[in-house]
Amino acid sequence: MAFGAVLLAADTGLNFDWGFLSQSVFRPSQVFLHGLARTVYISVLAQVIGTVGGLVIEIARRSRWGPVRWLGSTYVWLVRGTPLLVQLVIVYNGLAALNLYRFSDVSIGPVVVLGVVQAAVLTLAANEAAYMAEIIRAALDAIDVGQSEAATALGMTPAKTMRFVLLPQAARIVVPPLGNEFNLMMKSTSLLSVIGLQEMFLTAQAINSATFKTFEIFLTVAIYYLLLTTVWAVVQGWIERRFAGPVARVPSPSMRERLFMVAAR
Amino acid sequence: MSAAPVLLEARDVVKRFGGRPVLDGVSLRVARGETVVIIGPSGSGKTTFLRCLNHLERIDSGAVLLDGTSVGYREGRRGPVEQSPREIALTRRRIGFVFQRFNLFPHLSALDNVAVAPRRVLGLPQPEAEARARQLLARVGLADKEASRPAQLSGGQQQRVAIARALAMRPEVMLFDEPTSALDPEMVAEVIEVMRELVDEGMTMVVVTHEMGFARAAADRIVMMEDGRILEEGPAAAMISAPKHDRTRRFLTQITH
Repeated sequence: MAFGAVLLAADTGLNFDWGFLSQSVFRPSQVFLHGLARTVYISVLAQVIGTVGGLVIEIARRSRWGPVRWLGSTYVWLVRGTPLLVQLVIVYNGLAALNLYRFSDVSIGPVVVLGVVQAAVLTLAANEAAYMAEIIRAALDAIDVGQSEAATALGMTPAKTMRFVLLPQAARIVVPPLGNEFNLMMKSTSLLSVIGLQEMFLTAQAINSATFKTFEIFLTVAIYYLLLTTVWAVVQGWIERRFAGPVARVPSPSMRERLFMVAAR
Repeated sequence: MSAAPVLLEARDVVKRFGGRPVLDGVSLRVARGETVVIIGPSGSGKTTFLRCLNHLERIDSGAVLLDGTSVGYREGRRGPVEQSPREIALTRRRIGFVFQRFNLFPHLSALDNVAVAPRRVLGLPQPEAEARARQLLARVGLADKEASRPAQLSGGQQQRVAIARALAMRPEVMLFDEPTSALDPEMVAEVIEVMRELVDEGMTMVVVTHEMGFARAAADRIVMMEDGRILEEGPAAAMISAPKHDRTRRFLTQITH
């Protein structure tokens, strides 16, 4: 917060409301917390679905059948070739405008899932799947060809080779870039404001138009995103250590190394 | 040749890599219980030939037969057609393969390396698959290493686990691709000993190796390959002491000096 103080020295004529900042950081409103919660659960859902989707796409791209490979490759080409922002608007507004499909609220037991939330999770997951397919491809390619030959020679079918030999080894390689993806995912949810989803960013905009405390409220938003990504970095480190097993020779970076890039080697 | 029935047969196998023939009509008949050692200079096609025997490599013409049934191909309307991966996998269960570089699964313990195929391919219940794996690890002298990961084992130990892993499928024939070439000299003996025990138990084996000690003591026949062809073959003792071809004699001098 020191840099904020320097930036907004008294003689600039701006008045920075420290009280408002600490209020919104330490005692956030219900609305804001609700937006934060949405940011978190939409990210988690989209990442989980996107990871499974990415695996399916990558398996399709390795199919024996040409048309299946073509479908997988074309999907990745289309999705990686267009901006997420555009995809969001096409899926939520475009499909409705064309009268093709309109996302409507669905009740699952006591929970009402808003149409806009469905569109958000679907689009983020569909987008993520293309990137995860690329990450999984790189991980599978990194495994020595002797591994699939050994499995094949034992009489494993391609499916069993994938499941019992290649995927367990690929999973370890995938974790660090997957962590990167989830970090990006949490920040990408701010784009959902364009389809009117009240996540953290749009909530902040609403607070801003009511209070005009632009700097204070978006600084709060930045702090909360930083908090989310930091918590995730800790979780990721834990996952990497769990996955490493005795094969790992390079230790996962510690929290200090991760934050300040101080390598202890 | 012995009078025992032929178990594994290669008929005029041709294999090209990018137009260049690496196998130029190789035929070999291996009787049940027989041990055949394949020698030859590097690039002579001996490893490729071994890999064709369990369809790790496709062949361009000819045939490989295991007990009379084609390995990897079925008759189509216009000549042989490759079988589906599932069908080929069924045949491969019957053929054990040991790699030069071991290729153990690094994410699994020694026990699981041996148990994974009986469990996942044959569908044995886990206790049964593990019992089989324990028995085989004991047989290759590694009963105390069942919990170790491959990275924690020496090269010789890894290769012995790899042999146990192949045996766990109870194959009818075992193929060895230079099983001791990637090993430090002091570890060669422990692997050779395991292989000799297999010979004594009557396993049918095709071994690509330059270990002439093993060939002399355990092989029934030696096959000399050069330039994608079989240059000559004969009973082990005769091939070592009195090869017909000068090329074979020179090669034997080079590898045994």
